[in-house]
Amino acid sequence: MTSPAKPLLSVENLSKVYQGRQTLANRLAGVRPFSVRAVNDVSFEVRRGEVLGLIGESGCGKSTLGRAVLRLHEPTAGRVRFDGEDVTALSAGALKDMRRRMQIVFQDPYASLNPRSTVADIVGLPLRLHGLAKTTQEVRETVARILERVGLNAAHLDRYPHQFSGGQRQRIGIARALISHPEFIVCDEPVSALDVSIQAQIIQLLLELKDEMGLTYLFISHDISVIGYLSDRVAVMYLGEIVEMGPTDDVLARPRHPYTQSLMSAVPDVDAPGKHQRVRLAGELPSPLDPPKGCKFHTRCPLAIDVCRREAPISEQVAPGHQAACHRLSEDLSVRETAAGAQAR
Amino acid sequence: MSRNENLLEVDGLRTVFDTSEGVVRAVDGVDVTVRRGECLGVVGESGSGKSVTFSSVMGLVRSPGRIESGAIRFEGQDLTRLSTREMRAIRGRDISMTMQDALTALNPALTVGEQLSEMLDAHDDDLPARGAARRRAIRDRSVEMLRLVGIPSPESRLGQYPHEFSGGMRQRIMIAIALAPGPKLLIADEPTTALDVTIQAQVLELISDIRARLGMSVVLITHDLGVVAEHCDRVMVMYAGQVVEEGSTVDVISNPQHPYTRGLLGSIPRLSLRGKPIRPIQGQVPNLVGLPPQCRFYSRCPERTDACLQSVEMRSVGPDRRARCIALTQEEVA
Ligand SMILES: Nc1ncnc2c1ncn2[C@@H]1O[C@H](COP(=O)(O)OP(=O)(O)O)[C@@H](O)[C@H]1O
Ligand SMILES: Nc1ncnc2c1ncn2[C@@H]1O[C@H](COP(=O)(O)OP(=O)(O)O)[C@@H](O)[C@H]1O
Ligand code: SF4
Ligand code: SF4
Ligand SMILES: [Mg+2]
Ligand SMILES: [Mg+2]
Repeated sequence: MTSPAKPLLSVENLSKVYQGRQTLANRLAGVRPFSVRAVNDVSFEVRRGEVLGLIGESGCGKSTLGRAVLRLHEPTAGRVRFDGEDVTALSAGALKDMRRRMQIVFQDPYASLNPRSTVADIVGLPLRLHGLAKTTQEVRETVARILERVGLNAAHLDRYPHQFSGGQRQRIGIARALISHPEFIVCDEPVSALDVSIQAQIIQLLLELKDEMGLTYLFISHDISVIGYLSDRVAVMYLGEIVEMGPTDDVLARPRHPYTQSLMSAVPDVDAPGKHQRVRLAGELPSPLDPPKGCKFHTRCPLAIDVCRREAPISEQVAPGHQAACHRLSEDLSVRETAAGAQAR
Repeated sequence: MSRNENLLEVDGLRTVFDTSEGVVRAVDGVDVTVRRGECLGVVGESGSGKSVTFSSVMGLVRSPGRIESGAIRFEGQDLTRLSTREMRAIRGRDISMTMQDALTALNPALTVGEQLSEMLDAHDDDLPARGAARRRAIRDRSVEMLRLVGIPSPESRLGQYPHEFSGGMRQRIMIAIALAPGPKLLIADEPTTALDVTIQAQVLELISDIRARLGMSVVLITHDLGVVAEHCDRVMVMYAGQVVEEGSTVDVISNPQHPYTRGLLGSIPRLSLRGKPIRPIQGQVPNLVGLPPQCRFYSRCPERTDACLQSVEMRSVGPDRRARCIALTQEEVA
C-alpha cells in the first residue's frame, strides 16, 4: 500500500548465517564446519502503530529474524533501519541506547526469566541499565505501576519466577519489555506455550497496551488464528525466506503462494470443520544445512514443475501491497483445486 | 443404547495424589463412555485431569497417586480388579496409549526396531510360535507398521534411535508402536501439541485413516477445539478434575451449554473476529487441594450466583447431552 508515513522499521536484504567453528580434527578430516543460512535476503517494512505478523513452521527462521532485527544476533548481511537510523551500523554504546526503544518478549516465560532474581529486579533491570530511575525506591514504584498494568501487583515485587503460573510469567516478561517505554516490540511466540484461555488474556493485554502506548509489533507465531486475529499485515516464511506478504485479510482469505495455501488448509477450523479440501503437504521442512536448489518449496509443492527445481522465483506484486514468490503465480492456480482434481482422476 | 456398544465405561473415577500440601484431587468423580468405533475428544486446560484420567484407565498411576474409587470396565470386565499381570496383557493388546511427550515416552536406549519388536513379541498372537519364522514375521510387521505411519524407507530406519528422528517422526513412531498389536482402543494424549500444523494434519489424518480401516475406537486428548471439531464424533470437556459437559461434537460446539465451554470457544482467536475484542475466561484454574464443595468454575464464571455455592452434579440437558451447571439444570430438568 502506498502509505505516506515513513516506516518505523525497515529491513533490507537481511541474512543470518550460523557458522560452526572449524576445529583442528575437522580440518584434518577435511570436514567443513556447518553453516546454516537461517535467514536469507529478507526485506520488509513495519509502519508505526502497525502489527506485522510473521508466520511459518518451526525452524524456518522466525526467531533468528526477530533477533537479527534487534541485533541480539548479529546479522551476516543486510541493513536494519529504525526510525531512520541504521541499527546495523551503531556502535555498542549507541545500540544500548537504541535497545530502550526496541524490545522483545520471548516465547518461553520459564527460560527467559532469571530464576534467582526477584520480580522487582527482573522488571527493574532496564530502568537501571538505561538510567531511567535513580533510587531503589523509584525503581520499585515504577515496577509496581507496570505490574498493575499487566495484571499483577505490588505484592508480587519480591517473589521469584517459579512462584508464578505460565501466564503470570508471561505478564512479567511483558512488564520487563514495557518498562523502558519502547516504541517497537518483537513478540516471539509470546502465547504459544499457554492454554487457550490464558493465551486470549495475554493477546488482549498486548493489544490494549499497543493502543495505550502507541506500540508497533513484529508478532511471531506459528498459529495462523493468532496471526489472523491480531496482525494488520502478514509475512509468511519458509526456510529462511519470505514467500508471501501482504494485508492479513488478503493473504489469509486469498493466499497466492502454494505454501500459504497449504498452511491455511492444514489449520483445523472450529467454525467450519471439514470445510477445507485438505492438501496434505508431503514430508517435513527440509534441513537448512542443505536447502533445496531453485524454489526451496519444490520438494513439497503440489504445483512444482521443472523450472522450480532449477530457478529460485523472484517476489512479485499480486495485489496492492501484496507480494509472493512463485513461478506459477500468473496461472492463478490453487493447490486445493489441483489436489481435488488429482483425486478425481 | 445396548450395553455392548460401549467399549469402555468409567464410573465415578477418583484418582488422587498424596502430596506435602495435601490431597490433590486430580480426577474427582469422572464418568467416561467410549463407544465402539467412535472417536471421543477430551478437551480442557492443562491441569484439568485429562492425562490422569486415562493413565488411570491404563493402570499406569504410580505413587504418590492412587485410584481412590470408581469402576473401569473394558468390554464389561472391571480393570481395577485385575492383577498387574492381567493388566499388562490388556495394555498393549487391547488398549494402547501414546504419551504426551514422545521423546521421553520412547526408550532412548533402544532402537525403534527393538521397541516395535518388543511390543509385537509380547502382544501379537498371530505370529509364528518361535524361531527364525517368528523373528522374520516380527521384522516384516515392524516395517509394515512404520510404513503405515508414513516413515520413509522404513527398512533402513529400524536400526535408528529415537533421537535420530524429528518430533513429527517420533509421534508417528509412538503411534506405530501403539498400533502394532492391533488394539481395540487407542488413547492418544496430545499427539500433536508440539507439532506444526502441517505435520499435525498429517498425524491426525493418519489416526483417522487407521481408525476407519481397523474399526478401532480412539480417545483424542487435546486442548484444541479445532482438532476436536475436525476429528471427533463426541467430546467431553474437563475442568479442574471433573467433566463439565459432554455430547456430540457438533452439538457442543454449535450450542455450548456450560459457561466454561462457552469461555473456551470464546477464547479462540479467529480471523473473523479481527478488530473485535475476544472474551477470554478471566483468572486461572484453581488449586486442586482442599477445594470447597461448590461449583469448581465459580471463581471464573461470568454467570455465577449464590445458588452455585453448592456441589453441582452432572445432569442430562438433552438427548445424549450432559452438563454440570446449576443454571442449566434448573431450566432444562424442570
Ligand atoms: N545459535 C544457533 N546456531 C546454529 N543454528 C541455529 C541457531 N539458532 C537457530 N539455528 C538454526 O536456524 C534455523 C532457524 O531457527 P529459528 O530462527 O529458531 O526458527 P523458528 O523460530 O522459525 O523456529 C534452524 O534450522 C535452527 O536449527
Ligand atoms: N505425580 C503427581 N503428583 C502430584 N500431582 C499430580 C501428579 N500428576 C498429576 N498431578 C496433578 O493432577 C492434576 C491433573 O493433571 P493432568 O491429568 O496431567 O492434567 P491435564 O492432562 O489435563 O493437563 C494437575 O493438577 C496435576 O498437578
Ligand atoms: S515456484 Fe514452483 S515449487 Fe515454488 S511454490 Fe511456486 S510452483 Fe511451487
Ligand atoms: S453452576 Fe454457577 S458458577 Fe458454576 S458454571 Fe453454572 S452458573 Fe457458573
Ligand atoms: Mg522460534
Ligand atoms: Mg495432559
